[in-house]
Amino acid sequence: MRRLNAYALTFRLPIIIWQAIFFIGPLFFMIAMSFFLVKNYRMVEAFEFKNWDKMLSRNYVWDSYWYTLGLAALSSAVASLVAFPAAFALAYRSSESVRRWAIFLLIIPFFTSYLVRTFSWYVILAESGVINAGLGYIGLGPYTMLNTMFGTIVGYMTLTLPLVVILQTVSLASADRSLIQASQNLGCPPWRTIFAVILPAAKTGLIVAALFAFILSFGDFVAPYYLGGSKPPTLPILIIDTTKAGQQWPRAAVVAVIMMVTLFVVAFTAIFLAYRKRGSK
Amino acid sequence: MRTSDWALRGYVLLVFVFVFSPVVMSMIFSFNSDRFPTIPLGGFTTHWYETIFADEDFWKAAQNSLIVSLCASLIATFLGFCTAYSDYRYTFRGQGAYLGIILLPPTIPLIIMALAMLAWFSKVGISGQVYSIIFAHTVLTAPFAMAIIRLRLNQMDESLEAAAWNLGASEWRAMREVILPFCLPAIVSSLFLTAAVSFDEFTVAWFVSGLNKTLPVHVLEIVQGTIDPQVNAVGTLVFLVSMTLVIIAQLAIFFRLNRSAK
Repeated sequence: MRRLNAYALTFRLPIIIWQAIFFIGPLFFMIAMSFFLVKNYRMVEAFEFKNWDKMLSRNYVWDSYWYTLGLAALSSAVASLVAFPAAFALAYRSSESVRRWAIFLLIIPFFTSYLVRTFSWYVILAESGVINAGLGYIGLGPYTMLNTMFGTIVGYMTLTLPLVVILQTVSLASADRSLIQASQNLGCPPWRTIFAVILPAAKTGLIVAALFAFILSFGDFVAPYYLGGSKPPTLPILIIDTTKAGQQWPRAAVVAVIMMVTLFVVAFTAIFLAYRKRGSK
Repeated sequence: MRTSDWALRGYVLLVFVFVFSPVVMSMIFSFNSDRFPTIPLGGFTTHWYETIFADEDFWKAAQNSLIVSLCASLIATFLGFCTAYSDYRYTFRGQGAYLGIILLPPTIPLIIMALAMLAWFSKVGISGQVYSIIFAHTVLTAPFAMAIIRLRLNQMDESLEAAAWNLGASEWRAMREVILPFCLPAIVSSLFLTAAVSFDEFTVAWFVSGLNKTLPVHVLEIVQGTIDPQVNAVGTLVFLVSMTLVIIAQLAIFFRLNRSAK
């Protein structure tokens, strides 16, 4: 069975070759590119720290960095908090078939047209948009929701909420129910059951869901650009501006590498927290 | 307990309203005659659809999207199947890294993949073409193919394949007559889901496609201008296509997976 014959290789090799050319190659090249130089609008292969010096010494890059990091953390927290009651209801207060249908329905938007859905929010949230028109009838508003952090967060929720609800529901539903029963039988009030029993039992799934919300928000340019007004620009917007307008690919690569390192650190921290054994109390 | 149950139910409903209202709004406004979409609605019109149907750019983009998602889904599903089967059947050194190279792309922000692929594709001279988008999309969609097919293989009785060998079938014949038929629902599901993901992807497509726009990139370019109700019409069409693909993908497998997982 372990011998590598033609049959085994036929199935094992394609992905290795394919990803080496189209996935690993691009990533390594991008890291290398961050050391290249641009002369007369043309990229020259080199190994210089010029781009790194330039980007790391600019205040607007750091402003953008902390702003993006903060926004993504906020988005991850909001998504987790908003999703939790819904996931709780679907996991513990619904029948198996309702839960299955809910997940079925939530998978659809997760895979469809984030761009168009965001633009739709633009129309809904605008000064003369649907919400303000509705509020106008009862004598309120108009409120400015576009080009604010609120707008950005609504966009991030459009992207992340379906996935977070799905992941939370699955992890809550697969938590050990006998623990919950036991705590209820022992007279634990509902709120304490949630905090002392359910949250620790479903910890891994909840953290993974929050991590995905963070990753998706951190890398998204549509919400902060169209709904948040891009002031200050987030890192993804910075990459687009530097690549498309400035033709400064090496500098964009610097930003991209910084983003990847940040994501690595966040992901490892999250996974460490998710799988850490609970200390004995 | 009763009231809190109702409150929770109402809350779930609110979450669904939040998730689906953009979809519904864009469908409604695609038929609205007012130039700026607001309520009260103007009259009913099919003007925006007529506009886009008369637009050559739209048809070109639709054609590109069709080619890209069809090719990407075929290649991604092939790659996903091979990888899932290798992982299912064999135990080998470096298996973790092996799975890593197919499963990692979705955890890397699309904007980073877009820049990396644009740079690399330009370097090796394959950027700015329709096939550039296909290559990029196979990397982005293969993980979904792999996951679906791997889940299906999980449900297969391991002795089935061995039984076929014992009855004298070659490995290839067992593949053709046992494994492939068993995986068929997953393969169908994977084809539709990867097609949907590819059909909707705009960041990487925007970077590597050059002048060969796909539909979502076309939308992106309209949106970058002013408010144009055309977007609602194009958007509605894109929704309908990708929703149909995702629904078919789910019907082909997810209910089956749930049922037999019990």
